[in-house]
Amino acid sequence: MSESKTRDVLLNMHGLRIEGRSDEIWQEIVHGVNVILHRGEVLGLIGESGAGKSTIGLAAMGFARDGCRISGGTIMFDDVDLAKASDDSLRLLRGSRIAYVAQSAAAAFNPAHKLIDQYCEAPVQHGIMPRAEAESDAIDLYGRLQLPDPGGIGFRYPHQVSGGQLQRAMTAMAMACRPDLIVFDEPTTALDVTTQIEVLSAIRDIVRQFNTAAIYITHDLAVVSQMADRIMVLRHGNLVEEGETRGMIEDPQKDYTRDLLSVRSFRKEISREPDPETPLLRVENISAAYGKTPVLYNVSIDIHRKRTVAVVGESGSGKSTLARVITGLLQPSEGHVYYDGAPMPPDHRKRNKDEKRRLQMIYQMPDTAINPKQRVSTIIGRPLEFYLGLRGGDRDARVRQLLEMIELDPDEFFDRFPGELSGGQKQRICIARALAAEPELIICDEVTSALDQLVAEEILKLLQRLQDELGLAYMFITHDLATVRAVADEIVVMLQGEVVEQGPKEQVLTPPHHAYTELLLSSVPEMDPDWLDNLLEQRAN
Amino acid sequence: MTMPLTGSTFSGHASPWFSRVAVAAVHFFLLILFLQNVTVDFWSAIPGFVFIHAYSAIVLVYWSRLDQTPAGDTVIVTLTLEFVLIAILFWDSFSAWPWSTLFGLALVQICAFAAVRYWSELRQAPYSAWFGLIVILIYIMVAATAPIIAPFGETAIVGAEYDEWSDKHLLGTDNLGRDMFTRLIYGGRNTVGIAFMTTVLAFVLGGLAGLLAAAMRGWMDQVLGRTVDTLMAIPSFIFALLILTIVGTSVPSLIVVIAVLDATKVFRLARAVSMNVVVLEFVEAASLRGEGLWWIIRSEILPNILPPLVAEFGLRFCFVFLFLSGLSFLGLGIQPPTADWGSMVRDNATLITYGDITPLLPAAAIALLTIGVNFVVDWFLHKASGLKD
Amino acid sequence: MPQLGRMVAQRLALGLLTLFIVSLIIFLCVELLPGNLAEAILGQAATPETVAAFNRELGLDLPPHERYIAWLINIMQGDFGRSLASQREISELLGSRLQNTLFLAAVAAAIAVPLAVSLGILAALYRESIFDRAVNAVTLTSISVPEFFVAYILIIVLSVNLGWFPSISNINDGLSFWEKVYRTALPAFTLTLVCVAHMMRMTRAAIINLLASPYIEMARLKGLRPGRIILKHALPNALAPIINVVVLNLAYLIVGVVLVEVVFVYPGMGQLLVDSVAKRDIPVVQACSLVFAATYILLNLLADVLSIMSNPRLLHPR
Repeated sequence: MSESKTRDVLLNMHGLRIEGRSDEIWQEIVHGVNVILHRGEVLGLIGESGAGKSTIGLAAMGFARDGCRISGGTIMFDDVDLAKASDDSLRLLRGSRIAYVAQSAAAAFNPAHKLIDQYCEAPVQHGIMPRAEAESDAIDLYGRLQLPDPGGIGFRYPHQVSGGQLQRAMTAMAMACRPDLIVFDEPTTALDVTTQIEVLSAIRDIVRQFNTAAIYITHDLAVVSQMADRIMVLRHGNLVEEGETRGMIEDPQKDYTRDLLSVRSFRKEISREPDPETPLLRVENISAAYGKTPVLYNVSIDIHRKRTVAVVGESGSGKSTLARVITGLLQPSEGHVYYDGAPMPPDHRKRNKDEKRRLQMIYQMPDTAINPKQRVSTIIGRPLEFYLGLRGGDRDARVRQLLEMIELDPDEFFDRFPGELSGGQKQRICIARALAAEPELIICDEVTSALDQLVAEEILKLLQRLQDELGLAYMFITHDLATVRAVADEIVVMLQGEVVEQGPKEQVLTPPHHAYTELLLSSVPEMDPDWLDNLLEQRAN
Repeated sequence: MTMPLTGSTFSGHASPWFSRVAVAAVHFFLLILFLQNVTVDFWSAIPGFVFIHAYSAIVLVYWSRLDQTPAGDTVIVTLTLEFVLIAILFWDSFSAWPWSTLFGLALVQICAFAAVRYWSELRQAPYSAWFGLIVILIYIMVAATAPIIAPFGETAIVGAEYDEWSDKHLLGTDNLGRDMFTRLIYGGRNTVGIAFMTTVLAFVLGGLAGLLAAAMRGWMDQVLGRTVDTLMAIPSFIFALLILTIVGTSVPSLIVVIAVLDATKVFRLARAVSMNVVVLEFVEAASLRGEGLWWIIRSEILPNILPPLVAEFGLRFCFVFLFLSGLSFLGLGIQPPTADWGSMVRDNATLITYGDITPLLPAAAIALLTIGVNFVVDWFLHKASGLKD
Repeated sequence: MPQLGRMVAQRLALGLLTLFIVSLIIFLCVELLPGNLAEAILGQAATPETVAAFNRELGLDLPPHERYIAWLINIMQGDFGRSLASQREISELLGSRLQNTLFLAAVAAAIAVPLAVSLGILAALYRESIFDRAVNAVTLTSISVPEFFVAYILIIVLSVNLGWFPSISNINDGLSFWEKVYRTALPAFTLTLVCVAHMMRMTRAAIINLLASPYIEMARLKGLRPGRIILKHALPNALAPIINVVVLNLAYLIVGVVLVEVVFVYPGMGQLLVDSVAKRDIPVVQACSLVFAATYILLNLLADVLSIMSNPRLLHPR
């Protein structure tokens, strides 16, 4: 703390207020936040959705998105107040002295131009160096960011380069003019965990090499603790807590920060019962393809009553395809699905009502999983009518019962439309809809990944309680190992359409691991500021 | 579009049925009181009608918001009873033009009810939308009650050819000596009516086909899609001319031909917007649940694509209207002696070269309506897109 | 670029196929729809003998598929048959009229396209401004107005009152180029007014859609000048939609000429088509429809191919 105070202040945002427009009315979304950043310092901004962290990050460049405006406070960058500066003077600063790295590099690179052309644009346009010099500089930076074939990669178009590489190329582009400050806006959120490591270490190295100050925005406390010297926790456009990274992780002052820190501590009690004779669901030697592209190779899984099987893998591992095969949306080219010992027709249209009823599904995006034009009573009531033939008062009474089971007040929510619910409440409605069918097995496809961490944890606890009460079996499809640790009885690890390892949780999570499981497990960021250093050192050996 | 009030303050207080019957009773009491004191003719009673219906509408809407139940059935019952009452009391006007009278009256009532129901949104509507709504309303009223308001018969020859504007003939007479003002009113009835029916038919055909293609996909989508692609490869105006040459230009064949050609565009839109909905998980969830095609179309897809379809209805109506006027202008649409705005321009076009603008009035009438509809659609689209964020 | 070549070839083949199917439809329309050609032409009084003779003369006694093939082969050799009304060669009738129609459409396009695209870009740049709102209201109005209304208004103002242009566009091959342009001015203005509105609104929408994309925000955050952002970052990606808009409206122009030609008594294809429809001169109607449809299909094909070729993902495959 004392060391950083002696350094120069680069950016000083004081009493920053930002308004956003909804329905023609301006509403304040950032309520007077103070941010101080010193030269060469990395500041982490963290918070859940709606915390205003991206908005504040952009305000550090004097920028407000369409439908937003900076309504109060000062943004002193060196000696210029960006809140009052003219468009021209802002333009001269942006790209040259303050640069930006966007969340989705695939969308933020212009598809019509080569990477190196986009790299050279800022230095050439700002008159910092001629084109030839910029090009050789780009190749140098590409090398430093450990991009493969640094001499050639710049001459490709964005769609010809993978996501993790694009994100590093974008970091190089931000570095082009050697800015004093770079704003990183969730640069690794869209990436798989194993790719995330590479990008994180590349960004951290380059920022250290050039002693650039940075604002690192993320929702993930574990990630930010690797990157930042100091952390600011934001919530609903207000500052919750601010402090040196190590101090904050070890001794958080506020309840909210403590909640964020402990978010991954929930653990299910592992059932010790022996496996019954026939599994509830048996997937036997399934292979499947989309058109001619094979997606699944010879996958076999058993799911027993009252158990949770977590299927974990990165994008492209085929885990969601497996769910489509089980639900009958995609017909396998080989193999069978057995339910309670009996083979199920591969096409869901050929399954009978009871087979459909016993197997329910909960989706990743609660926004699109329920019809926005139906009231909660219809959403939950329809399966009751359809499967169980409940009508009128019986149906309504059961809907109310189900609402109570998912911890929502029936009087308040019975007649609501989805548009009047929060993300977590919508996901609860989805759970209630699945429960209405009185199923035995529920497939949960990434059910928590669209939710904020605290909300996700509540949903996991709810699902666990329902399992204990109702004896449900879950198939949990996820990319998130923290979720797996929390809820699984058994784990299935998938890679590119194949099962690489499967077994009881303790067995899979304790060494010796399969090489890919090892990679996956070790790539999950931990709440330890030294984690990345230790890991890289370990992997180097 | 209006948020339902949460937590009903009246729940368990009065049953919805009781309040509905009360509204209807008060409504009839006022109506009879009013009708007993009206001795003049039917149309001067309109302000009184508007007042009574607006009052009933306010009470009904207020109540239905409180107990969150639809009031539609009450409205239907009340209106039916009222028509019988009016038919008896105004037997003269009713027996001469029963449908015009009923239709005109129904419009007054529907408008009063809708205005109250959507007042909060209407209040925020821009002037252009208000302008459009009023224009549309006037056109519908005129079209519905043409026989009652027109001074002469539709095809009656009542004066010399090309008479000037006068007290007797407000807008002069046409090339055969028929009253221009009368023809203008009937022309509106015919052109608007036929265009409206055509658009409705186009929407039924194209909308249904589009929904089916999106919901069933597979071969159904392929067959319908390819058929429409081929039909659309020929410019529709030319195609219409070709077919009308062969089948002749009677009103039914006009309606069917234009509707089928227009249905291709409705199909494209309906399919595209339905496709956006079909790929969402709640439709997948419904089909995994085992729901039939009808439920998926009616309950899952249709409510979600209604706003773009309604907007498209307005735009397609304008298009059909212009299309039909164009055909009539070429002498290939609605045939004489039926009055029609397109052919009125053509028949009297010679006057234009003398600087007389009378023949342009029907064209201006066409323009005014399409502009009005476009303004309303614009407002509607703006609102619909605003609600999305 | 094998993928690009394959896609373009695919589109071309599809275009040819469509053309073929359209010719079949135009032929079959006459065949399948109710109404007897001989009766329509010869009148109710025709004896069975005269009807048979008429049918033999036109080859109507042959089976449909033979007639279709003969018809198609003749058309490919430039022979559309004879007009029923005037007994003249249809290809002769079409020749100069097609030229005139294309001339009119070209003049209108030469005014409309640059005007519409630049207005569209400006309106997108200054969206929500007074300028944008004014342009929006004006274009909305001109979309709503029937073509013949615009045409007559122009006649009243520019021809009857001001006397600047002739109200009847009588052109022939003997005229000089500029004389032709002068006489075509009023119909061309009419078409321009109607078509600029569509084109401009669609261009505006395409650009606004694009300006919301993250790479435009990135370009702004790189501190680039607004002009450079539009030209270097927005325009290359807006090319496909703009090309589509332009070509679509050119196709519209080709069809829109029908009404306008009638108002101005312009000796073009549209006039011919309308006259023939009135006379139920079916061979001419078929020929005109085929030519109009072919132009329309070719323009749409052009739009398709151009927008494929402007897509960087296809130009530079992985």
